[in-house]
Amino acid sequence: MGYDLEKMVVIENLRKIFNRNTIDEKVAIDGIGLEVKKGELITVIGSNGAGKTTLLNLIAGTYLPDEGKVFIDGREVTLLPEHQRAKYLGRIFQNPLMGTASSMTIEENLSMAELRGKSRGLSWGVTKKQRERYKGLLKILELGLEERLSDSVSLLSGGQRQCLTLLMATLSLPKLLLLDEHTASLDPKTAEKVINLTDRILRENELTTIMITHNMNQAINFGDRMIMLHEGKIQFDIKGEEKRRLTLEEVVKRFGEKLEDETLLCKPVGG
Amino acid sequence: MFCGHSDPLGSEWPPLRLESYPLASNLRPLTSSLVIMDILFGIFQISLEQGLAYALVALGIVISFRILAFPDLTVDGSFVLGGAVVAKVIVLGYSPIMGIVLAVLIGFAAGCATGMLNTRLKINSLLAGILIMTILYSINLRVMGRSNTPLLNYVTIFTPFEQMKMKWLSMVLFFSLIVFASKFLTDLFLHTQIGLAMRATGDNEQMIRTLGVNTENITVFGLGISNAFVALSGALVAQHQGFADIGMGIGMIVAGLAAIIIGETLLRAKSVGMMTFAAILGSFIYRLIITIGLWLGLAPTDLKMATGAMVILALGFPALKKGKEERLHLRGI
Repeated sequence: MGYDLEKMVVIENLRKIFNRNTIDEKVAIDGIGLEVKKGELITVIGSNGAGKTTLLNLIAGTYLPDEGKVFIDGREVTLLPEHQRAKYLGRIFQNPLMGTASSMTIEENLSMAELRGKSRGLSWGVTKKQRERYKGLLKILELGLEERLSDSVSLLSGGQRQCLTLLMATLSLPKLLLLDEHTASLDPKTAEKVINLTDRILRENELTTIMITHNMNQAINFGDRMIMLHEGKIQFDIKGEEKRRLTLEEVVKRFGEKLEDETLLCKPVGG
Repeated sequence: MFCGHSDPLGSEWPPLRLESYPLASNLRPLTSSLVIMDILFGIFQISLEQGLAYALVALGIVISFRILAFPDLTVDGSFVLGGAVVAKVIVLGYSPIMGIVLAVLIGFAAGCATGMLNTRLKINSLLAGILIMTILYSINLRVMGRSNTPLLNYVTIFTPFEQMKMKWLSMVLFFSLIVFASKFLTDLFLHTQIGLAMRATGDNEQMIRTLGVNTENITVFGLGISNAFVALSGALVAQHQGFADIGMGIGMIVAGLAAIIIGETLLRAKSVGMMTFAAILGSFIYRLIITIGLWLGLAPTDLKMATGAMVILALGFPALKKGKEERLHLRGI
């Protein structure tokens, strides 16, 4: 199982129970199986508490599952500690503060990201050569950050920080990129900018990506495949031609009763 | 006027040996402005020497409290550990340099121990520090075999300075050399790949872990370095004051924190180099304040209370100010 070269991620019968054997027991992930092809972009929707973030945490190793297996690029990583599977994964969180070290400079953050999963030594943290390369990379963002390499990240806005995080996550080309509502805390205009940048970077690098979103339009218009989680299970899984033809009306019509969460349906169109 | 000559509390506080300060030694009743200048210069001399001797404690605390964001209370114990180890080695007849090297290594180990309690056994960081500090109390007594080891009749690292003409100046230069070498090495280290990872561990642990860094090892290592500096300071101070004492570390963490806060307030330090420099400057200013306080009649017994009050004021001031602003705001002002 899981050795098909076409498959970047294979998840088998994953289960995670919080507060087991107490009155607060909650089955967060209830037997999820998922295969993600190389270069595929999956959007994940679901109401609050459906298990979206828990699923990413299980893949990233923040939590360990109670049952089931996780393979990344043919290697089982189910019980590998977070820092040891980091070399396969890039991850961006909803909170822009979480992806960068704010007291450190832009170039220092980029340098740390470039060494993802590699061993770190006593050589100089940011070399001249790296600095030149970072300048080129930061130009892509069109935020003028290429002139502010030695500025502390705490001086950047949330949107700028999220763009930087995106660049950091892709600097060492992870086998799998996990995006956890990475535009949700930004204002609509900045969110659009970040999502366009995401689109561009994912396409250029053909990154395999799982993206959680609360924004139905994003989920429908973005990516090759959409899954919806409900109470820890995959409720539906739309891919290929069907995904391309999917519209918001159709989703609401077919699955409206499952999308109880207000935030899911009331997000402004295009935001 | 200067207290501390025969005061038993000198065990915690190095006696202000005025005879070592050429200008301060002729203290007489305040009769002329010339004498006042002499006294002020004497105070400056004492504070500079003391400030440099204790600067490495502040540097160590910068690494634990500021870089790693780990409130490490091991310091009170590891400072004495440094003094105890060096005293034991010297009394046994070995070279003081060997004693200092050993003190640094054992201080490193003590810091690692606190780090291990926190990361491996998941003991709260404050409690981990207190536990090792307490354990070190027994260890330090074991090392010395008693509570006070005098070194006055032994060859220490400062013996060569005794015969020098410019004794005070050469001693200050010697301390400066050690302190600033430590500072620059720390600055360099914190800009290496591992150093960046260490700073990120204190800044955003989740982030640097997802970048593949084992933050537990980094924490253990960082606390080791921090306490190695503290032990080095203890080893130097013990030789400088002529004895190692079980009580010489009491309140060291608070004094070090006071130094850091003073330095940060004065310099508004942001970069690593400025932060480490602020610690050294703060250490000097702190000793200056203390020496002036003692000169003005502050009882050495009240020293720790005064230092504590200073730290409380410095830490509490922003909250007090904010509270006042909010109350004013509520009243519509």
